[in-house]
Amino acid sequence: MSEAVLRVKDLRTQFKTRAGVLKAVDGVSFEVGRGRILGLVGESGSGKSVTGYSILGLIEPPGEIAGGEVLLNGQDLTRLKSEAMRKIRGAQIAMVFQDPMMTLNPVLKIGTQMIAAVRAHDRVSRKVARGRARDALAKVGIPSPEERLDSYPHQLSGGMRQRVAIAIALLHNPAVILADEPTTALDVSIQGQILAEVRRLADETGTAFVWVTHDLAVVSSLADDICVMYAGRVVETGPAADVIASPRHPYTAGLLASVPAEHEPGTRLPQVPGSTPSLANLPPGCAFAPRCAKAGPACTTTPPVQHFEDGRTALCNYPIEPVSCQPLSSTSTTYRSAS
Amino acid sequence: MSAALLDIDHVSKRFVKHPNLGERIASLVGAGRKAEVVRAVTDVSLTVQKGEVVGLVGESGCGKSTLGRIVAGIYTPSDGRILFGNAPVAKEQGRRTQKLTTRVQMVHQDPFASLNPRIRIGDTVAEGPVTHRIVKAREADSYVADILGRVGLDPSYRRRFPHQFSGGQRQRIAIARALAMKPDLLVLDEPVASLDVSIQAQVLNLFMDLRQDLDLTAIFISHDLGVVRHVSDRVAIMYLGRIVELAPTAELYAAPNHPYTRALFESVPRVGVGRKDFRPIAGEIPSPLNPPSGCHFHPRCPFTGPRCKREAPALAPIGPGRSSACHLNTGGTA
Ligand SMILES: Nc1ncnc2c1ncn2[C@@H]1O[C@H](COP(=O)(O)OP(=O)(O)O)[C@@H](O)[C@H]1O
Ligand SMILES: Nc1ncnc2c1ncn2[C@@H]1O[C@H](COP(=O)(O)OP(=O)(O)O)[C@@H](O)[C@H]1O
Ligand code: SF4
Ligand code: SF4
Ligand SMILES: [Mg+2]
Ligand SMILES: [Mg+2]
Repeated sequence: MSEAVLRVKDLRTQFKTRAGVLKAVDGVSFEVGRGRILGLVGESGSGKSVTGYSILGLIEPPGEIAGGEVLLNGQDLTRLKSEAMRKIRGAQIAMVFQDPMMTLNPVLKIGTQMIAAVRAHDRVSRKVARGRARDALAKVGIPSPEERLDSYPHQLSGGMRQRVAIAIALLHNPAVILADEPTTALDVSIQGQILAEVRRLADETGTAFVWVTHDLAVVSSLADDICVMYAGRVVETGPAADVIASPRHPYTAGLLASVPAEHEPGTRLPQVPGSTPSLANLPPGCAFAPRCAKAGPACTTTPPVQHFEDGRTALCNYPIEPVSCQPLSSTSTTYRSAS
Repeated sequence: MSAALLDIDHVSKRFVKHPNLGERIASLVGAGRKAEVVRAVTDVSLTVQKGEVVGLVGESGCGKSTLGRIVAGIYTPSDGRILFGNAPVAKEQGRRTQKLTTRVQMVHQDPFASLNPRIRIGDTVAEGPVTHRIVKAREADSYVADILGRVGLDPSYRRRFPHQFSGGQRQRIAIARALAMKPDLLVLDEPVASLDVSIQAQVLNLFMDLRQDLDLTAIFISHDLGVVRHVSDRVAIMYLGRIVELAPTAELYAAPNHPYTRALFESVPRVGVGRKDFRPIAGEIPSPLNPPSGCHFHPRCPFTGPRCKREAPALAPIGPGRSSACHLNTGGTA
């Protein structure tokens, strides 16, 4: 892998609640290289958003970062005072949310908001700022960007609003953009458009993306690398294509196997039994053990991170051997066009 | 072919849309809208045979939920009628007669919103069948226990409240409540959309088991092409209020005909096919407030011709059991 622009090491974020201390992010490590897209996947409650907020310095009480490092080009963001972090946020690292209205103000024109966002970090004239705003809208494929600057958010579709949010994130050409389920609420044709733009932007601008999603198909078609989370921990990492073709962690394998599109219609889907555990009472050892078909005597103790070829890792006592792993292509069928 | 259980006959639904708060604020600064007519469903005809599962697919706002609600008797159609077991029911729908509400049951996307948080789930499940005399009050408890068992929940759970259940369990409860009415037809509106993929698989398996055991007839609404393919016998693709293609599932997925269906299939990210060279459909989904003339898909269609802008293509047969609404199928040029 090329040199990492973002390196997260053993990040721990916890919430003090009446039910006790919830370890929402419990020793998360991953890295992203320049121009690469990392898919951060996991089911709801696995700690993806809290990981994102922790990286951006947006954790508020009762939450706190209890340990670890977030190295952006070598600088540890967790050690910065909030004023210093504010200078970096939006400039060197930016965030895109599932709901673009988290970023956009409904009563201000797009142009007004983007000019303010430019001038928050750069002392330039309004005119120059407006030019940069327009260029950013064009970069994310918004038609007639000059006119869009004079629109209000509600005059745009959900897909267009999300593009505007991505354009705002791009304004300062950040090293990293962290996007939290940015296409989850969008229709597939609009999602397809945005994924195509993001892939192009990563390749052309060198901005690295951490793309948070619960959707394995999105990761599979967009990301270079993948990082799978379960109950606050990273359970598997590696190149996306390799992990998807041959998962080493039983949870990743279970998730992949339960996607209906990969099975003969009408057949029973392989299912992961049970449901995600509450952080308030995790089982000792491997949090996945109560649902895991491979669980064995060692699994009542915390499993080690196992390292495999091509930098792959899995947090598991009995990782799946690549030979015993059924390649997905044997069961997959492709949707085909008639012509 | 056996008689259709459900016959949706040239049904349309229009809503008058009043401006929302944001738009009213915006109209103060001169950018708002006035009340307008939404053409949610336009001239849809579809039959469902007994024992059949028909999938209804399309992007948001294309009218899936509206059509489902018309079938369930929650909305009255603006035009056209719904025939149920050969009897028209359109008239009674406004008054939501007992008969109809018991024959068609709907399961909604958000299982929590559809369950009263203060009522024990056993009582929620029992309420409909007792009210409608499907079961006697003193037999309700064992009836509910039996149905909970059927949907894979421990019968003792009937004393619990909705918040004590996970999303997947709540969706099982919603399905149990619908089944308790012994409906002839189930309308499932995005029943797995809010569930995690591992839980989604559990609920889909449950649906397939129930279908086999109870010979269910259902309309299964989803925006997820993979989910619909897995559970449906036939699939109707909707775009902006109209059905644009209707076909047996296997044939549709093997060889989609309509340009929109084809473009939709191309846009869907797939697991296990590697990094995708996205060739997304151009343009936005037009507003049903002001749909494009002629074929609604014409502003985004790569094959648009002059006729497409003038004339709406009819949903016409293109093969046994298949139909599609595209001028390319009738007369060569668009
Ligand atoms: N403000 C908070 N207070 C207490 N617990 C929280 C808070 N925010 C998140 N959590 C907990 O952290 C866990 C991870 O949440 P999140 O990162 O949002 O999951 P994901 O984004 O993967 O769905 C959840 O169990 C959630 O309940
Ligand atoms: N009760 C209603 N009042 C006004 N407009 C509605 C109402 N219900 C649906 N609509 C509109 O009708 C169109 C179709 O909506 P819907 O049937 O919910 O689509 P889908 O379920 O396919 O997403 C949308 O434009 C929606 O805004
Ligand atoms: S550590 Fe044990 S329980 Fe956990 S995933 Fe691996 S085999 Fe399963
Ligand atoms: S009728 Fe014309 S615009 Fe519509 S789908 Fe067919 S070719 Fe495209
Ligand atoms: Mg989240
Ligand atoms: Mg709907």
